[in-house]
Amino acid sequence: MKFAQVISSLYSYFNSSFDWIPSTSTAKSHSPNVYPSLSGKLLLEKEVEMNKEEKEMLLSQGLLQRVPVIEDYVWGYLCRRCGNKKRRWFAGLPCDCGEECVYCRNCIEMGRVSTSSHFLVWTGSEPKWINDHVLKWDGELTFYQKRASEEIKSAIDSKNDLLVWAVCGAGKTEMLFEGLSHALAEGKRVCIATPRADVVKELFPRFQEVLPYVDMVALYGGSQHVDEGAQLVLSTTHQLLRYAQAFDVLIIDEVDAFPFYADSSLLWASRRAKKKESATIYLTATPRIRFKILSKLKKLQTVFVPQRFHGHPLPVPQFVSCFGWKSSLDKNTLPRKFKSWLHEKEAGTRRVLVFAPTIALAEQLADLIPNGVYVHSEDENRDEKVQQFREHEISILISTSILERGVTFPSIDVAVFHAGHRNFDEAALVQIVGRAGRSASDPNGDVVFFHDGKSEAMVEARYSILNMNDRSRKGER
Amino acid sequence: MHCLWCDQKILPEVTWLTFLTPHKIKVLCEECKEKFSFIVGPVCIRCNRPMEGKGKTCYDCERWIAQNPSLECNISVFEYNSFMQEVISKWKYRGDYVLAELFREDVQQRFDEAFSHLNNLVVVPIPLSEERLQERGFNQAEAIASFVNYPSENAIKRIHTEKQSKKSRKERMTSTNPFQIQKPQRSTIVLIDDIYTTGRTLHHAAEVLKLSGAQEVHAFTLIRG
Ligand SMILES: [Zn+2]
Ligand SMILES: [Zn+2]
Ligand SMILES: [Zn+2]
Repeated sequence: MKFAQVISSLYSYFNSSFDWIPSTSTAKSHSPNVYPSLSGKLLLEKEVEMNKEEKEMLLSQGLLQRVPVIEDYVWGYLCRRCGNKKRRWFAGLPCDCGEECVYCRNCIEMGRVSTSSHFLVWTGSEPKWINDHVLKWDGELTFYQKRASEEIKSAIDSKNDLLVWAVCGAGKTEMLFEGLSHALAEGKRVCIATPRADVVKELFPRFQEVLPYVDMVALYGGSQHVDEGAQLVLSTTHQLLRYAQAFDVLIIDEVDAFPFYADSSLLWASRRAKKKESATIYLTATPRIRFKILSKLKKLQTVFVPQRFHGHPLPVPQFVSCFGWKSSLDKNTLPRKFKSWLHEKEAGTRRVLVFAPTIALAEQLADLIPNGVYVHSEDENRDEKVQQFREHEISILISTSILERGVTFPSIDVAVFHAGHRNFDEAALVQIVGRAGRSASDPNGDVVFFHDGKSEAMVEARYSILNMNDRSRKGER
Repeated sequence: MHCLWCDQKILPEVTWLTFLTPHKIKVLCEECKEKFSFIVGPVCIRCNRPMEGKGKTCYDCERWIAQNPSLECNISVFEYNSFMQEVISKWKYRGDYVLAELFREDVQQRFDEAFSHLNNLVVVPIPLSEERLQERGFNQAEAIASFVNYPSENAIKRIHTEKQSKKSRKERMTSTNPFQIQKPQRSTIVLIDDIYTTGRTLHHAAEVLKLSGAQEVHAFTLIRG
């Protein structure tokens, strides 16, 4: 191997370039546009449903290209499907070809790929979509929503990255409408990805309603939908593992949520899924440290939406010290301060949502609180209980972290029990506070952190909320 | 070192002994290791099924003796539990070949305990159908067989496919033999498979081998299902 090759190979380790993806050739623009379902996808040979002759023909015309899934570089292997390059996540396998093949262990749940596997990548023309989209929405945006909406639109036009830092309950979906319909009208392909399948299911009917003429699809684990070349793709971030240079606009909602922020292959796939020249919009109420730094250094353009859609400030959490809660629970009683807070709430009309750091603690609290019901991630009746709480059949719901995001109930008060526990990081606490005061008719809500020693996360969370309320009041940029 | 299952870092235990002699390479962390359940306590003397009372034969085995007495006995390493189910599904069905390493040491040890007293021993892995082999890329029985220090022969081949999940238990126990002899053996044989459930597969394979001249046929399976 020549020196220059070694250098370029080493370079490829540190800078995951996507040069290996064959580009859509403009010279072939005369090609018949009959394979929209292949466009922008990374499909394995066996995943391409097509008869053999047709496949051979497209290959010989160069409209389909075979690309090895696992590449052997001087520094080791790279799985081009999931971005894995850790040596210990590859292993050998005796193969039909007589040699020992190497397969990727990291993405094996999607079906095993090895050094003898290939993608078939479509390099013919991209699908064209009809361009007269109508946005069927006549709602009004607040000052801050409008500003964000304009920034989103201009980021899409200039193919830039943008962080939309919007408080919980800011009404971020509405802020997307304008930019989205603009991009779609220009024939751009758009993906809205989020780590959580619940969000995809929730957003899909919403978008169908406001963009009724747009060809769109919802993709998440277990969904029956197939992307046949839709212009608007709503998907979990996991589904991006099947795309390459497909989107002109990539919107990542709740970019700080699990598993996206913690899974390097999802991050990698999200970069691969968009075109070389494209816009990326990140939406979050609680950015992780990396985004905060990039934003602070002005490396990532940021627009704040510090105000909720109804114009009222976020509830500021109250810290109530509750030392000795452990010994109270051991004696099968609730800590005094917590108990009196609950009593006070029972007299009112709002329901109460209590967060506990662990399943064990949630269970213990539920035993001690009359009318208290607890719910956790593996609970079979989870949806049912949430529904009962919504319908006032349950007045006190005790939850582990599973209800910290996404769900909204009008008129609730919120308590965090043992708020100093390490399971409650800053993002979690800010999200929890964001559950209260969601409706315009009852924009207030009491939020209390019961603790036996303030944690840094608690202080940071309160600071971040005060800061947003401050921004909102000042109306500053 | 990282645990082959959960990827957690494994800290090598440093004692005066490990300091002086190169320590064994660990593939599993302690936490994962504890989740496997070994077969202990009284078992059926023929099929290794855990049961009450020592030195007895279970009901199913009595029936096999009456019907098809070709297989001497089965020895298994592990009991089936939910953790094992997870591991097997990733290994066999997802095709994470390297996970076989989780079993290497225990397979070697258990096999030697059970069979080292036999002479002229040949191991025969239960074959997969061509179709299934194509699908998975490897035969899990061969992977297990490769861990024991005895010659391995592909003495039989499969003529029917494995699809049996839709059949009832009775049908499965009486259905026609899916195996054919490929290389007749005269010596003592230990058949190898990943799991002993009804025993049908192993009894059929044993019958074919016995009819073509094998002296004795035993079985060794990773799991007693
Ligand atoms: Zn991979
Ligand atoms: Zn482990
Ligand atoms: Zn038995």
